[in-house]
Amino acid sequence: MTQSYEAVIGIEVHVELKTNTKIFCNSTTEFGGDPNHHTCPVCLGLPGTLPVLNKKVVEYAVRAGLALNCKIANFSKFDRKNYYYPDLPKNYQISQYDLPIAEHGYLDIEVDGQTKRIGITRLHMEEDAGKLVHQGNIVTTPYSLVDYNRTGVPLIEIVSEPDMRSPEEARAYVEKLKAVIQYTGVSDCRMEEGSLRCDVNVSVRPVGQREFGTKTEIKNLNSFRALQRAVAFEIERQIGVLESGGKVIQETRTWDEARGITVSMRSKEQAHDYRYFPDPDLVPLVLDNQWIEFIRESLPELPDQRRARYIREYGLPEYDASILTLTKEMSDYFEEVIQHYHTPKAVSNWMMGEMARLLNAGGMDITRCKIKPTQLAELLKLIDKGTISGKIAKTVFEEMFASGKDPEAIVKEKGLVQISDEGALAAVVDEVIAANPKSVQDYRGGKTQAIGFLVGQVMKATRGKANPDLVNKLLKEKLQ
Amino acid sequence: MISKQDVEHVALLARLELNEEEKELYTRQLNKILDAARALQELNTDGVPPTAHVLPIQNVFREDRVGEHIDPEKALANAPDREENFFKVPKIV
Ligand SMILES: [Zn+2]
Repeated sequence: MTQSYEAVIGIEVHVELKTNTKIFCNSTTEFGGDPNHHTCPVCLGLPGTLPVLNKKVVEYAVRAGLALNCKIANFSKFDRKNYYYPDLPKNYQISQYDLPIAEHGYLDIEVDGQTKRIGITRLHMEEDAGKLVHQGNIVTTPYSLVDYNRTGVPLIEIVSEPDMRSPEEARAYVEKLKAVIQYTGVSDCRMEEGSLRCDVNVSVRPVGQREFGTKTEIKNLNSFRALQRAVAFEIERQIGVLESGGKVIQETRTWDEARGITVSMRSKEQAHDYRYFPDPDLVPLVLDNQWIEFIRESLPELPDQRRARYIREYGLPEYDASILTLTKEMSDYFEEVIQHYHTPKAVSNWMMGEMARLLNAGGMDITRCKIKPTQLAELLKLIDKGTISGKIAKTVFEEMFASGKDPEAIVKEKGLVQISDEGALAAVVDEVIAANPKSVQDYRGGKTQAIGFLVGQVMKATRGKANPDLVNKLLKEKLQ
Repeated sequence: MISKQDVEHVALLARLELNEEEKELYTRQLNKILDAARALQELNTDGVPPTAHVLPIQNVFREDRVGEHIDPEKALANAPDREENFFKVPKIV
């Protein structure tokens, strides 16, 4: 009998906060820039300098903590996490150890129509490290180059409970987390650009066993797809190791996207002896409840609330509401379309149908969609007015997607206006009736579905421009 | 008790290269320091909150306004090695 296994997954997410300046100095957080230009004596770790906490970072961390249903600490402090690596000029990272700013939160995720609550252990503030640049081949190059522009950029680290049990849940968690943080406006959360990074802890255990198995940590996951694939691979790999009588080694593994596997990173010996201690250069942070409540009241509408509102106010099915609120960009787009076109379900159908199909095919997200929300609204109005048929609208939509042109311009340019003139259509209908005696006979003999074929022939003859309702009506009249 | 292995471990973490003599010396000295600190353990600290900072100050903040950058020439002035405006370091894998 084969043993069945269960995966246990916990995730640490680092999010870069969208402040103007770094967490402990007034250097800019602007992305890129010439190497080492966005620095000052503080973030370069020069002797004699002192860090001073950016108030905005505290506000943003509290905002994110509240959005993730955390309890905000009235008293918290900063600690030094000690390790040697050239991307860290002070040889320690300022972080929060035993008294983080927020704890005991949760996120509700949805997988296969089931809602599941994932616990959030803690959320803390810390500074980002610099960037190592390798000239040429990483293996053969004799040296590394260091750019400290990113050193000191504010981060929040969000640690989940080991509550996830499948690659799908892991992905759903990070997707939801990203959406919530984006809605709060404290970060762009761009996974590809590294403003949202996740490290995933995975272990497996025989079903029914209570203790956790030995875990590995997976790094270098820069898309949702990579995350889901890496976790799926790692679960299978660990089961394979156990099945063949081996032991899983606790280590850090990196995801190799090209090969679709996780690879062991040479384990840095004693790497986890960080010798945390309170940073004497920074004083404790004391937040009163009044200020915390003030921030809570200023929180914008979050994905779950927005989703509930879409169901309640717009009468959208749960499925539509979930998909539309999954990212802030998608949801904001939807909101703008319905400002100009008042049938939310029709907008939802187009966004989840044609638009999603074309975006997926192009590997794009909605921010790169050339169709403006107002243009989509115009297109839907053209259908309602009968100017174009729903079928032709798809052609127009594709053209809009490719060129960003207005729907009216495309309809005019390509002569796509729907034929709703009875006189003009009657002639075509007569021709079709004359050319298809077999179908006409079938219809008259009681096979009413034969009319579908005849409608199709009229549509074909008019290159899709005939008003289908009118064609139906005319055919029925003439065949009586 | 601090063992010689502890000293080797801490030295490695601090990137210190110690010879045998130094290891012995530091093992003895660190144990003496801990003995002295142990005296503090005798104190009754019931009802004393843990100290997060020695000064009675809290909430020192800075506004989120961008200031002057350092001149990159100054930033790199003490670098043992550089390439253009990068710090140049031995490769770390
Ligand atoms: Zn700085």
